[in-house]
Amino acid sequence: MDEYSKKVMALFKNPKNMGEVKNADGAGEAGNPVCGDVMRITIKVKDGRLADIKFKTMGCVAAIASSSMITELAKGKTIQEAMDITNMDVAKELGGLPNIKMHCSKLAADALRLAINDYQKRKKR
Amino acid sequence: MHVQIMQLHGGRVQMKVYLDNGASTMADKRAVKAMLPCFTKIYGNPSSLHTFGADARKAVDSSREVIAKKINADINEIIFTSGGTESDNTAIIGAAKANNDKGDHIITTKIEHKAVLNAFKYLEKKGFKTTYLNVDKEGLIDLDELKKAIIDKTILVSVMHANNEIGTIQNIRGIGKICREKNVILHTDTVQSFTKVPINVKDDFIDLASFSSHKIHGPKGVGALFIRSGVKIKPLLHGGGHEFNLRAGTENVPGIVGFAKAAELCNSEANEKMKKLRDYMIEKIKKIPNAKINGSLEKRLVNNINVSFKGIEGEAILTLLNEAGVAVSTGSACHSKNLQPSHVLKSIKTPDNYIQGSIRITVSRFTTKKEADYAVKNLKIIVKKLTEMSPLG
Ligand SMILES: Cc1ncc(COP(=O)(O)O)c(C=O)c1O
Ligand SMILES: [Zn+2]
Repeated sequence: MDEYSKKVMALFKNPKNMGEVKNADGAGEAGNPVCGDVMRITIKVKDGRLADIKFKTMGCVAAIASSSMITELAKGKTIQEAMDITNMDVAKELGGLPNIKMHCSKLAADALRLAINDYQKRKKR
Repeated sequence: MHVQIMQLHGGRVQMKVYLDNGASTMADKRAVKAMLPCFTKIYGNPSSLHTFGADARKAVDSSREVIAKKINADINEIIFTSGGTESDNTAIIGAAKANNDKGDHIITTKIEHKAVLNAFKYLEKKGFKTTYLNVDKEGLIDLDELKKAIIDKTILVSVMHANNEIGTIQNIRGIGKICREKNVILHTDTVQSFTKVPINVKDDFIDLASFSSHKIHGPKGVGALFIRSGVKIKPLLHGGGHEFNLRAGTENVPGIVGFAKAAELCNSEANEKMKKLRDYMIEKIKKIPNAKINGSLEKRLVNNINVSFKGIEGEAILTLLNEAGVAVSTGSACHSKNLQPSHVLKSIKTPDNYIQGSIRITVSRFTTKKEADYAVKNLKIIVKKLTEMSPLG
């Protein structure tokens, strides 16, 4: 447990934006076949920006902290800006993650992208 | 109150509760006290012929007698080692190599400790053929499967007495009978069961048995190996003729004395106390939503609880419990060094999503009801919080 940064521990204990966006415009769920972590992100889009974003995660300390961080990074951003957020950005903002836990941050980036894809698909219909 | 450091924490009372006694235990103060003279008074080398040496020899030999008596062995059937890992390695590698003329097939189970499994992996590389026995839902091997697995070339069977993760206790006498009839050496890892489950090496037909001190409130870095008289093993360490030529190296006199004292202090009263507390906690934990107790309820170590919570992850539970001052362990993949879920929980066919949310709680004779209540209360809160956070909850 000592390997986690203060920021990771703080977000893990008190995550931001936990829950489900009501009447979401897009939802994405990413699962990790390796460790079994599952992350679900729901978004609300207004004027081309992520007006609201929330997460639900079953996972380890790193997975929960990454979920919280990516919602903070993405909130208020344009769709394109949000799409460009990588797991490296998440890990960097968290003050680093243990190497073995990098896949947990990737899950967060994947879930966000899936949510945006879902939004774009729904818009086309 | 030994582990309760009371402190006011945001208006709440915070306790420190150690519930990871399967990993290691607090040394009993009386064991520590028994060790102290061995540093500054009885510091001679047990191999030396002067009085200083003789005093140290006496301390080692009377400790040997204590351990031998506990398991109905003869005094010269016990050697002291650096712990469970060395005992397992010496027994398995030593017996396999010393009896290679009779065959090259060795048998163990899928739920052994790494100290056994990796000794088997090493022997595979050296050309030995191996069989890993399955276990049932409770973690028990099937004696018929064992019988069938033993072939002409089989020289060694290694089955742990009690499992370190789920606490399942094997029918060691039944296993011993089969091995003795088939003239195969039986090794058993009794690191977790020693002093908690009766062991009688004669009645149970055991040829080799591994012991560790730090699991029974003794010091770390010391253990023992029972080698039935007449059973051949090759030593791992080469050096002076210590421990009947089976384990070279000047004896760890303070450790050995502390180990023996710790063993003496374990008794059935303490076991009853642990069992009561275990069952008390299991009853409460079972009522937490999505909880499932892993392993056997009857054939179980008196100090072991292994529970899974569906839809949440073990490292997260462990970390929040730790924040509340409660220490446990987990079989979750995300928490392991190789991202593999517990091989034991996999072997008893625990579904992956349950393995992910598994924690092990192991009490000791020093654990109080108050500590148990505090731990369960926090566990309940934490499981609720993580379940609300889970997309599967
Ligand atoms: C079943 C079992 N075998 C062997 C060992 C290793 O013992 P030690 O720590 O004394 O090397 C342990 C302890 O983790 C154990 O639980
Ligand atoms: Zn993870």
